[in-house]
Amino acid sequence: MNIAWYIVLSSLLFATGVVGVLLRRSPMVILLCLELMLNAGNLALVAFSRMVGNAQGQVFAVIVMVVAACEVVVGLGLIVAIFRRRLPLNVDDLRELRG
Amino acid sequence: MEAVLFFIAAIGALGGAIGVIAMRNPFFSVLALIVHLFSLAVLFLLLTSAFVAAAQVVVYAGAVMVLYVFVVAYVGGGESAWEPIPGQRFLAPLLGIAIFVELAVAVLGSALKALDTHGPDVPAGFGDPAGIGRLLLEKFLLPFEASSILLLLAAVGAVVLAGRLKEESPASAGASVDAPSPGATP
Amino acid sequence: MSATAWAWLVLLFPLLGSIVVALGFRVLPQKTAGAIGTLAIGLSFACALGALFSLLGDDTEARHHASSLWDYASVAGLEIKLGIYVDQLSVFMALIVAGVSTLIHLYSFGYMRSDAGYHRFFSYLNFFVFSMLLLVLAGNFVLLIVGWAFVGFASYALISFWYRRETATRAGMKAFVINVVGDIGLVLAAFLIFRELGSFDYGTVFERAPDTFTTNEWTITAICLLLLVGAFAKSAQLPLHTWLPDAMEGPTPVSSLIHAATMVTAGVYLIARTHVLFALAPTAADISAFVGLATLLVAATIALVMTDLKRAIAYSTMSQIGYMVVGVSIGAYGAGMFHLMTHAFFKALLFMAAGSIIAAMANEQNIDRISGFWKAMRFTSITMLCGGLALAAFPLTSGFFSKDEILAYAGARGGMYLIFTVLGYFGAFLTAIYTFRLIFRVLPGAPCPEARELIETGHLHHGEPFNPATGEREDTDVGFPGPEHHIAEHSAPMRIAMAILAFLALVGGLIQVPGVDNVVADFLDPAFEGPVLSHVHPSIAWDWIGLAIGGVISLAGIWAAHWLYIANPEAPRRLEARFRGLHDFLFRKWYFDEAIDFLVVRPALAVGRFANRVFERFVVDGLVTGTEGTVRGAGGVVRAVQNGFVRSYALLLIAGFAGLALYFLITSS
Repeated sequence: MNIAWYIVLSSLLFATGVVGVLLRRSPMVILLCLELMLNAGNLALVAFSRMVGNAQGQVFAVIVMVVAACEVVVGLGLIVAIFRRRLPLNVDDLRELRG
Repeated sequence: MEAVLFFIAAIGALGGAIGVIAMRNPFFSVLALIVHLFSLAVLFLLLTSAFVAAAQVVVYAGAVMVLYVFVVAYVGGGESAWEPIPGQRFLAPLLGIAIFVELAVAVLGSALKALDTHGPDVPAGFGDPAGIGRLLLEKFLLPFEASSILLLLAAVGAVVLAGRLKEESPASAGASVDAPSPGATP
Repeated sequence: MSATAWAWLVLLFPLLGSIVVALGFRVLPQKTAGAIGTLAIGLSFACALGALFSLLGDDTEARHHASSLWDYASVAGLEIKLGIYVDQLSVFMALIVAGVSTLIHLYSFGYMRSDAGYHRFFSYLNFFVFSMLLLVLAGNFVLLIVGWAFVGFASYALISFWYRRETATRAGMKAFVINVVGDIGLVLAAFLIFRELGSFDYGTVFERAPDTFTTNEWTITAICLLLLVGAFAKSAQLPLHTWLPDAMEGPTPVSSLIHAATMVTAGVYLIARTHVLFALAPTAADISAFVGLATLLVAATIALVMTDLKRAIAYSTMSQIGYMVVGVSIGAYGAGMFHLMTHAFFKALLFMAAGSIIAAMANEQNIDRISGFWKAMRFTSITMLCGGLALAAFPLTSGFFSKDEILAYAGARGGMYLIFTVLGYFGAFLTAIYTFRLIFRVLPGAPCPEARELIETGHLHHGEPFNPATGEREDTDVGFPGPEHHIAEHSAPMRIAMAILAFLALVGGLIQVPGVDNVVADFLDPAFEGPVLSHVHPSIAWDWIGLAIGGVISLAGIWAAHWLYIANPEAPRRLEARFRGLHDFLFRKWYFDEAIDFLVVRPALAVGRFANRVFERFVVDGLVTGTEGTVRGAGGVVRAVQNGFVRSYALLLIAGFAGLALYFLITSS
């Protein structure tokens, strides 16, 4: 398969992630969809790395994984904190930032 | 052979993704994501990125997802499927499709001829841990160190966020506050 | 000292007097304030005399000097200086103004003694004299306008002197508004003069005018007509005259000074000063003369039926100024100014005498209730008689010589101008009748109650203070006339002033007897050299014939008044009953007030109401609230984006990204 397939697959996965973020209400699932988007990006990076022929894209993908891990940690910590305070776990109800 | 593997992995990835966004129970979404991650690892292998595939499985599917599982178990899951904001019921999927189409068009219509190839012939050690390691410690030392600091920060932040509750918490009215035990679990 | 140095001093003293009296109003005792005020004007008169003698030292062709203290503006061809122009005309006017003002200040010293606003009165009066002198001595049109406007303000301040009286304040406003109409004309004329001739300075303007304009060109005619608007407003000629009778709400010295001798003559002065321009626009000059003639006759007819003493004298003023306007419009500049001088004497005197009588009547002004003062106040009556004789042009009085000289001049010009002579004599006949109507009603006969009280007890009648126009009661605090009234018989300053004026009214005309001496004309005529008209001189024979006719008419008028008011007291009532319609028409002052109300005031009020109800409410408010509503709506829309939903923010983000990607795709394809 030529590289284009991978890229198209990556964009499809990314779009799926987008739809998930917009359509789900639980913060947990929204984080999972964010993971989807990040992974789609990783896939694209690695595919391009293979296309260009040097491993820099792969290093980039590793760093992205690190960042994704950090983000998950913090996000889940937030969710636990919300849960601990008995607030509804629902992005629509958490709207203190209303203008 | 490669094509077959590609399609299997692709279907797995896609199925996992759709499972994530469509499952009612968040726990099943987590499981779907794990399937998705494994499929991605296979795709990485097809792209001769062995280290990245391994890291994907070990770090992502192995650690991050486990963390997810723990939290889902603690928090529990709501019985909710798709509940968009009323004004956005049609706009959201539409935008998703629009993004996909645009990206696809951008890629397929681009003048990058190399997209039509399998890529150049690469030496045998392409994508090996040794190569990645060398790059990390030589060329990308700064990002490497910075990302380790980032991890530290994230860890500390998580501890603080999920730490013990104070007496006057801004919780919902009438909720009794958990008396913090000294030396609460971090 | 040079003439211009004297002239600057003439201006300085009244201004200083006004300021000193105003600032010292708490510290200066009454008599001191009055003395300072009178002294200031007295010094001003002395300096005017100094200027006169200095001017007489020059030979006749060179008796004009200009002097300027500093430049107001000197930019891009526009030169405005604080400059005065001293020539025969301005010195003559300055002498009259300062001289008569000194006597009136002396009169007010006694007359206003018990008024709580004494200091304010003298300050305003001094300021008025300063403004009038500024107007007269100004050397360019800008300073003329400044003096003009100051005079208007001083008139307003003095008419509304008793400011708690509503009729007085309304009269003050009426005077001011009509004067502003005149000011507009004057200012527009000044603009046009500047545009055509490039300067405001008298010397330059009068030099350039004959070269720039052809006779009766529309620009010069427009300039002259606009000047006439200003002159007529200030001098109370038709149709801008309605303020003058109402201006009698002011204290009597004010009526005497401003509305008889000085301010109302400013229009006459203006026409005389700009005679060069009027010579180039004969049409405008003729219009001016006819307006003067019309005013003369209309005012005389109204004065025949007026029952308020001061208002009757006011209409007489209007009529006499009509004579002066006719005089300076047809070219009889010297004669017109001479009549201005004699009129100042006898009219100021008449007002002073009237003030004394009204004081004796405890502010009653209706001649139906006044009678028999010949026995009660001999001095006042004698002076009033002197003034009346002069006004009626009784032979050998000052008015006799001055008025008939104008008419003789008109006859000498011939042609159309004979109308002026004929109608002028008719006006003189009416003048004699109405003057002696007043005198025969007020002086002889059985004394009225107030007069009887004066005769028997020697004290003045003390009634409840009231507004003579409306009859409503007042108190005597500041803002209203004081509790005491002062008559000439009890007040030396008043007597001195009136005596001097009576003397001048009787013999003042002897300086200009045709064929015998020609003091005024010899002095003034060189100032009017140039235009063709000044070479028209009636011959001495015609002069004497005119004088004789005038004398006969005057005696006929006095006889007619005697017949009507003394011999057959029933006759006026019968005539009034027979000609009821005519009488009402005259009594309502030819319905001018009503006409102006209908033509000007009501449309203006309607426009104001329309502006408020329709324009303000819909257009202006609509724009303002509309803008506000639009902004608020836009704000509401924008605020809706900040709804707190994370997913909607995410949506916006994604939508923006999609849009951007689309844009780049399109532009790169």
